[in-house]
Amino acid sequence: MKRELKIFDNPKNVRRLLMVFYTSLVVLLISEFFVHMHGDFAWEEMPFFFGTYGFVSCVALIYIAKVLRMFIKRNEDHYDKG
Amino acid sequence: MDQIFFSGTLPPSLIFILGAMLVPALSGRLKQVYLLMLPLAALLMLMSMPNGMHWNTSLLGYDLVLGRIDGLSRAFGYIFSLVSFIAVLFALQVKDDIQHVAGLCYAGAALGVTFAGDLISLYIFWEIMAVASTFLILARRTKSAHGAAFRYIMVHIVGGLLLLAGVVMKISQTGTTAFDYIGLGLNDAASILIFLGIAINAAIPPLHSWLQDAYPEATATGAVFLSAFTTKSAVYLMARTYPGTELLIWLGAAMAAIPIFYAVLENDLRRVLAYSLINQVGFMMVGVGIGSELAINGTVAHAFCHILYKALLFMSIGAVMHMTGRSRCTDLGGLYRTMPLTCLFCIIGAASISAFPLFSGFVSKSMIISATGHGKIVAVWLILQFASAGVFHHAGIKVPFFTFFGHDSGLRPKEPPLNMLLAMGIAAFLCVYLGVNPGPLYSILPFPVEYVPYTGAHVVAQLQLLMFGALAFTLLILSGKYPAEIRAINLDTDWFYRKGGRLFYVVADKVFNGINAVSARLTAGAVRGLAALCDALPTTAAVIITAPVNWLSGSERRNGHAWKAYVQEALATGTVPTGATILVITLGLACLVAVALVL
Repeated sequence: MKRELKIFDNPKNVRRLLMVFYTSLVVLLISEFFVHMHGDFAWEEMPFFFGTYGFVSCVALIYIAKVLRMFIKRNEDHYDKG
Repeated sequence: MDQIFFSGTLPPSLIFILGAMLVPALSGRLKQVYLLMLPLAALLMLMSMPNGMHWNTSLLGYDLVLGRIDGLSRAFGYIFSLVSFIAVLFALQVKDDIQHVAGLCYAGAALGVTFAGDLISLYIFWEIMAVASTFLILARRTKSAHGAAFRYIMVHIVGGLLLLAGVVMKISQTGTTAFDYIGLGLNDAASILIFLGIAINAAIPPLHSWLQDAYPEATATGAVFLSAFTTKSAVYLMARTYPGTELLIWLGAAMAAIPIFYAVLENDLRRVLAYSLINQVGFMMVGVGIGSELAINGTVAHAFCHILYKALLFMSIGAVMHMTGRSRCTDLGGLYRTMPLTCLFCIIGAASISAFPLFSGFVSKSMIISATGHGKIVAVWLILQFASAGVFHHAGIKVPFFTFFGHDSGLRPKEPPLNMLLAMGIAAFLCVYLGVNPGPLYSILPFPVEYVPYTGAHVVAQLQLLMFGALAFTLLILSGKYPAEIRAINLDTDWFYRKGGRLFYVVADKVFNGINAVSARLTAGAVRGLAALCDALPTTAAVIITAPVNWLSGSERRNGHAWKAYVQEALATGTVPTGATILVITLGLACLVAVALVL
């Protein structure tokens, strides 16, 4: 029998991974104060602009997609039926 | 063609296409080595040729140039040859010669388009590309693949005809087959037709849905070829003929944004990748539309990186398909347990398409977004940032997550064969290598590069955008708000020729068959009427002709019905009254009627 990886079968490891992830988010927010955030537009210098934009646009993406699904979802055999 | 065959060199396109003809004659190890040699030979040939116009020849009195080599075409030539090597290696265990020949001809035709210096050879290679690629879909040999291949070739025939019409008009306008910058002129039909022909191959919405319809139906290895050539050769041609066309900025922005919504909902993983392919080509179209040196460099660099990581993603899902026969989110999950290497390669492809710092997408996509920033195109800049976060969402997280993690499907497939792992390994290595060290890539771009991707501000901005997008994904998954994986399909613009086509068929069927049915009924009715008339004619004629006899019968005169019945009976039983008087009178009257009729 082939060796199987089971690292994520343990919920503790999943929690650890999530902790690393959340920590990295905090580090990213703090690191913004150690670099000069400059860009082509004034708002790029606003604190946490990119983090906020990333979060908000992904939540919007999901909710718009959910609404879209109401209109465009069809059964898998949709095109097979006469 | 003398100049080509006796110069000691062959254009890369012909190395592939002529080389492919020998494939069925070989077998075993020799065939595998031969297959791998062809892309390498094309790559070496290209590296040995200086910039300029090579392989000039003529066909039916027209000048053909099979080797216009300059900064732009050279970069595309390198990546097309390179990805061919990777795709051939990935497909090395395939026993079906049709796929090998089709894949090589397809790659060769894409190189032919790239190096064509005249409109005629451009058109010829364009059509070879369409036909050869169709076989990679047909080779799946399923009913749905046949349907998809049929729709695919129909769309490309239309695209090819538009291009051909434009080419013919252009040649008659300019009197030469040579081409370079064309530019979109609204009162120049030739330029519009050529633009539309290229736009179909570039999958610009609403002309995009052939891509997400057909690519997921191709064979596991065929999709790797498909992901590389058709759209990117169209990107090359757009960059050559329509740079700086403002319309492309807006079409490209729509192209980068719209497919993301579909990709989030889509259940078939290769269709998710097809949508993200359209999304990435959208970035390139924006670059072509801006047309500045930075933007064109960004487009070429992004096409280069994109071909590698998209091939890598299609290979990783193709490897899963090869081992499990499945490609839907609902059927997969938890495969990291037994396919850790494939999983790792998929994650590298996902990180690259998401433009994570240290991965290839970062050093190329940033150039295009910076070009929109430098041009102060606010709306497009915002859309592209949204699209960057969105692509991480669906291609970066969704594809690896639902395949290798997520719910445990219970499947325990082994890693794919060694050649597949090697092909993925090479592509993954290049994705990381170019991300860490973009110098070699920047050195082959058409214009000098002053761009520095790794600045503190830029890295932090990109990481924040992506990681907080990932936070949104995590929170939505954990709270159960993420759209569920369901076995369903989503309507796209291919509806118009799938259902619309069927609707047309039904309408045509009803109208024409209706006319048919009515005609049939009318004809049948007329025939039946005629038959009845013919049937009744002798009696009726007899009744009419003999009516005077009845009339002359005096007291024995019968009414009309009774006389008719009497005549019918008499005719049926052969007991026609044959009294001499009656006969004479009858004949006489008959003569009178006949004379009257004749007169």
